Amino acid sequence: MWQGGPVTTERRLLAGWGSTAPTAADVMSPASLDEVVKAVGDAPARGVLPRGLGRSYGDAAQNAGGLVVDLTGCTRVRRFDVEAGVIDVEAGLSLHTLMRQVLPFGWFVPVTPGTRYVTVGGAIGADIHGKNHHVEGTFAQHVRSIDLLLASGEVRTVTPDDDPDVFWATAGGMGLTGIVLAATIQLLPVETSLMSVDTERAANLDALLDRLATTDDRYRYSVAWIDLLARGARMGRSVITRGDHARLDQLPRRKRVEPFAFSPHPLASMPAGIVPPGLLNKATVAAFNELWYRKAPADKRGQLQSIAAFFHPLDLVDRWNRIYGRPGLVQYQFTVPYGAEDVVRTAVDRLSAAGSPAFLAVLKRFGAGNPGPLSFPSPGWTLALDLPTNMSGLARLLDDLDELVVGAGGRIYLAKDSRLRPELLPAMYPRLDEWRDVRSRLDPAGTFASDLSRRLDL
Amino acid sequence: MINALGSPQSLLLLGGTSEIGLALAHKLIADRCRRVVLAGRPSHRLDEAADELRAAGAQVDVVPFDAEDADSHPTVVEKAFVEDIDLAVVAFGVLGDQSEAERSGTHAVKIAATNYVGALSVTVPVSQAMQRQGHGAIVVLSSVAGERPRKANFVYGSSKAGLDAFATGLGDALQGTGVHVLVVRPGFVRTKMTAHLEPAPLSTTPEQVADAIVQGLRRRKETIWVPGAMRFVMSALRHVPRPLFRKLPV
Ligand SMILES: Cc1cc2nc3c(=O)[nH]c(=O)nc-3n(C[C@H](O)[C@H](O)[C@H](O)COP(=O)(O)OP(=O)(O)OC[C@H]3O[C@@H](n4cnc5c(N)ncnc54)[C@H](O)[C@@H]3O)c2cc1C
Repeated sequence: MWQGGPVTTERRLLAGWGSTAPTAADVMSPASLDEVVKAVGDAPARGVLPRGLGRSYGDAAQNAGGLVVDLTGCTRVRRFDVEAGVIDVEAGLSLHTLMRQVLPFGWFVPVTPGTRYVTVGGAIGADIHGKNHHVEGTFAQHVRSIDLLLASGEVRTVTPDDDPDVFWATAGGMGLTGIVLAATIQLLPVETSLMSVDTERAANLDALLDRLATTDDRYRYSVAWIDLLARGARMGRSVITRGDHARLDQLPRRKRVEPFAFSPHPLASMPAGIVPPGLLNKATVAAFNELWYRKAPADKRGQLQSIAAFFHPLDLVDRWNRIYGRPGLVQYQFTVPYGAEDVVRTAVDRLSAAGSPAFLAVLKRFGAGNPGPLSFPSPGWTLALDLPTNMSGLARLLDDLDELVVGAGGRIYLAKDSRLRPELLPAMYPRLDEWRDVRSRLDPAGTFASDLSRRLDL
Repeated sequence: MINALGSPQSLLLLGGTSEIGLALAHKLIADRCRRVVLAGRPSHRLDEAADELRAAGAQVDVVPFDAEDADSHPTVVEKAFVEDIDLAVVAFGVLGDQSEAERSGTHAVKIAATNYVGALSVTVPVSQAMQRQGHGAIVVLSSVAGERPRKANFVYGSSKAGLDAFATGLGDALQGTGVHVLVVRPGFVRTKMTAHLEPAPLSTTPEQVADAIVQGLRRRKETIWVPGAMRFVMSALRHVPRPLFRKLPV
């Protein structure tokens, strides 16, 4: 039981990675799990919400007027079975630190998103996916058990076998079923810390869709980057990068001495408040995209790359989101089933036509979904792109795309959303009511709340 | 909640029959605003406005509100905030009669009591409620008339000048609280209130003001002029020497 003095909070403005729609909340930063338990015991009227590293783009990790429990101080490794590759960690540990701790023993995180700076709790709360989704599913599919702090104050150890309803309502439950205090994760064995990467270019969208559809199953990791500013016959021109963890025998002799070397750090940091307005315009982004496309090898096999270069190129510039300046950015990520390639085509076409200064439109293929009623991935295509909020006509354009997505049986990703019309949610997530049932059983008084849950009436 | 692109889901319209306010409400409902609280003096026109907003798809609550009855304002605000209010628009105001106001202190005070005192007494509790909920936006309809008093309507202008100073200061004071204040300075707006007047140059319509507010919220602006060119006109006029300014046909 918690014995210390009163838990202190500080009123702070919080926003997601897109820095849009900031709201104020009382934030507490406990250093131990006991303090977290105590905080939920005294929940204020506007509720409580766990927050990790705030890498969700929208308002998922904000709770205006309520209490936000920042878990990034809870980072202990409670148990690590080096033989079996099973690790039990506190939920505030980042995937960055986790990688550093397990790589020397020949293990890797089972799923990593496009940034290492997410917490284990945030990875479960959003049920994140990586470039290996078509092969290995989401992060939660590799979680063996969680310690979940419920609204009642009870801490329950939940496994997907013993308590599937609670486990799968929490995976992708956006922090609204309880606070994940700790998780036991099955790691992935690797022989080295390098990636063996194949790169190729696709001249247009049809070539890209075809290439991915026919060859993706040969790769553990796969993703394509699309130049959204290319028009006409080049619409959808792209760079496909795919690969797997390099085996020891794929390393040059001198690197075999230290096969698990891993010491990534940001090369630069984007300073606050000095980004000239208008830096991101069609011309600068078009120039960047041209460069990015040209610099990619037209066809290269077995290139050795670091984990950071392959998975997390954006992490090289700390706080890169500041390049979007004060108005911030939205990320639009949707998925549509196989057969609905037309929606992908229309989306790329309309966004290119709008001249959206977007770099990093990313396309990949999802494999089978999991039992989580709010889990985002399901078999089909997923397209994700960053857009500056001050682009004219954006609100309308994205509302229209939502309609197409929903019409095709697709959905948008809650961890990235910041603007969806609430009416569309039940159609996008047909098992929403199932999730609501579990949630209201676990938290009848609605103790857990967020800006996202208020906005979308989750 | 106000989303990333500045669209609110609930609206409190203080001045429930304001043409600008209602034009804005219709635009917001067409977007994703679902709950509207219309605060105004009970009247046929108010009920009609409520019905029109309902027909447009919103859930509408009507709350009696009299700008001159400051004592009742905390209760009005309490009734509106039974659920979160994302956006509150201070849209009421009277033009009054300048020549009568110059003759009668009572009439001059009435203009000030509505446009300035009334706005303060209701906006203070609104800003308190929004700070408690940790988010929200307040749009205050000021006027270019507050920028520099003209002899043709300085009583009205002075009430808007006071309101404008209050709203601008409030915006600064609320930095970091999650509450955003947008001060709107329209030029001559063609409405019922101004129907008897000759439209001034650069005159505008309630629709145009509403559009500009939607854009301003989207970009999280703190001040907007409608039409935008007004900003430059007024910054020029501000520096015209008084002896000359008095003679200008403005
Ligand atoms: C550059 C970049 C690239 C990205 N790439 C990908 C990608 O490839 N795939 C992908 O799936 N996502 C991706 N994301 C999104 C990111 O992985 C998710 O938003 C993730 O949830 C962020 O983790 P976080 O620790 O920052 O969580 P936060 O953003 O702080 O919180 C996210 C959600 O999880 C909940 N939560 C946090 N901690 C806990 C806890 N302990 N218990 C219960 N709930 C909790 C919060 O309440 C909130 O709802 C990317 C984000 C960025 C910025």
